[in-house]
Amino acid sequence: MADKGYLPKEKIKEFVEALGKDAAVYAPCLEGDTIIFRQYTPDKEISLDRPANTPPKGAIYPQCETLLSFEFKKDAATPQKMDVELKANTDFPKAVVFGGRPCDAKGFTVIDRVFVNTDTADPYYKKRRENTTIVTKCCNAPYAGCFCVGVGGGPASREGSDVVMTEVDGGYYLEAVTEKGKAVMSLSMIQDGSSYEAKAKQANEKATGAVRNPFPADARVSPELFDSGDFWGRVVDKCVSCGACTFLCPTCYCFNITDEQAITTGERIRSWDSCMFQHFTLETSGHNPRPAKYKRFRNRVGHKFSYYPEKYDGAIACTGCGRCIRYCPVSVDISEIVGYLKDPKADPKQWAADKKDAKN
Amino acid sequence: MSTQKLKEIIKQVLPDVETVICWQEGYDKLNVTPIFITSPEQVDQVVWNPLCAQNLASYLPSQKKKVAVAVKGCDSRTIVQYMQEGLIDRNNVVIIGIPCKGTVSKKKVQKAIGNEPVEEVIFTNDSIKVKTPSGEKTLALADVCPTKCTSCQFPTPIVYDQLTGDAIKSDKPPESVYADVAELEGKTLEERKAYFASQFDKCIRCYACRNACPMCVCQDSCIAETRDPHWITQRNSLDEKVMFHMIHALHLAGRCVECGECERVCPMEIPVAKLKKKINKEMKDLFDYTPGVNPEDKPPMYTFNVDEAKIKEHKL
Repeated sequence: MADKGYLPKEKIKEFVEALGKDAAVYAPCLEGDTIIFRQYTPDKEISLDRPANTPPKGAIYPQCETLLSFEFKKDAATPQKMDVELKANTDFPKAVVFGGRPCDAKGFTVIDRVFVNTDTADPYYKKRRENTTIVTKCCNAPYAGCFCVGVGGGPASREGSDVVMTEVDGGYYLEAVTEKGKAVMSLSMIQDGSSYEAKAKQANEKATGAVRNPFPADARVSPELFDSGDFWGRVVDKCVSCGACTFLCPTCYCFNITDEQAITTGERIRSWDSCMFQHFTLETSGHNPRPAKYKRFRNRVGHKFSYYPEKYDGAIACTGCGRCIRYCPVSVDISEIVGYLKDPKADPKQWAADKKDAKN
Repeated sequence: MSTQKLKEIIKQVLPDVETVICWQEGYDKLNVTPIFITSPEQVDQVVWNPLCAQNLASYLPSQKKKVAVAVKGCDSRTIVQYMQEGLIDRNNVVIIGIPCKGTVSKKKVQKAIGNEPVEEVIFTNDSIKVKTPSGEKTLALADVCPTKCTSCQFPTPIVYDQLTGDAIKSDKPPESVYADVAELEGKTLEERKAYFASQFDKCIRCYACRNACPMCVCQDSCIAETRDPHWITQRNSLDEKVMFHMIHALHLAGRCVECGECERVCPMEIPVAKLKKKINKEMKDLFDYTPGVNPEDKPPMYTFNVDEAKIKEHKL
């Protein structure tokens, strides 16, 4: 099987339908002005024009999934005894994530470290992940808010992808990254791609050069500034505490578990949670270790740029996709905030709350 | 010109307040973002242009000390409604009113320029010129304004302490306010159901619409998230999404000041304001009441009159 190929644009639909022969294909579909990853059906319109509003995260890690269903059963002969019957399903069909961007694909690798590469792997995520092939479209140019190169990625990064496609001359140059990807290259509509390789490389280099890097090289998060409540208070004054940033994030994996019960039957479901919500850390006792907005926001940034890297060999839990910036109701810019934290001249005194009095 | 005046006013009021809430340039030229000014040197960062669409009045109930806030005409209705509902102490707010000829929808501009990164934005009297890597495009403001601006009745703030320019009178007919709702009403029930189903199906339950809504006062105690009682499940099925949006809309009956924040902030581009406008229209028909216009008014759902002029059932 060849590692390189070429797919003319007019064969995209055919390609996606071939991928869908024995798998569910999740593709960026246009609905009104919104691009959403949906399970592809021929009535849907695929759009590769810009990164989708949502990342494809939900294809492997659904926003809401049933962990198990339960039913309470009573035997008439022994009414004092109640049995509960549990059913769990971890058998998932094969799937393809088509048309995500390199930042989206890399997002799965961030979740993998927590859900798969551990002694206690999550059976739901793990099985879906194993069954999924990821065919990624490289970006031609950055979009508002993008900063993938600042977090070790790039518009043509291969991390997390099985196949990467680069737009060239009326079509896409395809390259297999993994064995799973090589299987895709054997599809009949894939033509010989060797003559497009140089052009694709050039396009990818151009795109990489155009992405902004908001952080100084080798910069570290300043622990002093990170601990400054005044700093956080000032940078997140405007945050409205909604979950848009986390729900659109390709790497956020925090979840909530609820039992949705109706009399004797029900389901235990896992749904995405957001650390920006006040309830996120609310404990049963009523105590909330992060009662203030700035503490919740600090945790989000800390998790991505400090705690996660400490635990996973320096890997940053942000792929720079820019969605949290692009779609923030009040344009909070995480790259700006991390830029302050990574500034070698970072000084908590500059952010002191009594600044006004000092200056007046 | 009014930007300069705005800055002058801010400098003037700053010594008397803890914070002045205004707009500054955001992460790129097409974005503005709120600035919480506490020192005079921050005032230079202030901007005022049609991109300043965000309703800054929403921040008022959470402010503990005396603050000043910059508001457009539409935003001032939020303050009036807050006064009616006792959510702010008027003595603790300095209102800097800005007469506004219309804002710009960032989403509409992005669509018109093919979502390219924006290098520069220049405003003229009635157009916006956007420079991108592939060239520049001039768009008429009328073509890229949010729906609310096409029928604006209050270009000048209703309440203010200082005004940055001469008051402007609305040139839009009052009946245009609910034109989009009337269009919806012209459809059959099945068509409307299909329309809302296709829109709310995009919802990701991020609650941006709720948290940006100035009148969503429950916030952290929202019924959509409570566990006890467990009103709505955490599933992301269409039913649950519709239920959340219905609750949001019903809680705003006769309270929605039509600032359009819910729609502006939706990352999935759902026309979330439509349901609320429809209910507002019903309230207008029933009670002849427009929210956020007169500080002395009482919202109709805050009162109970046995003899409502237009509710026949009460006259049994």
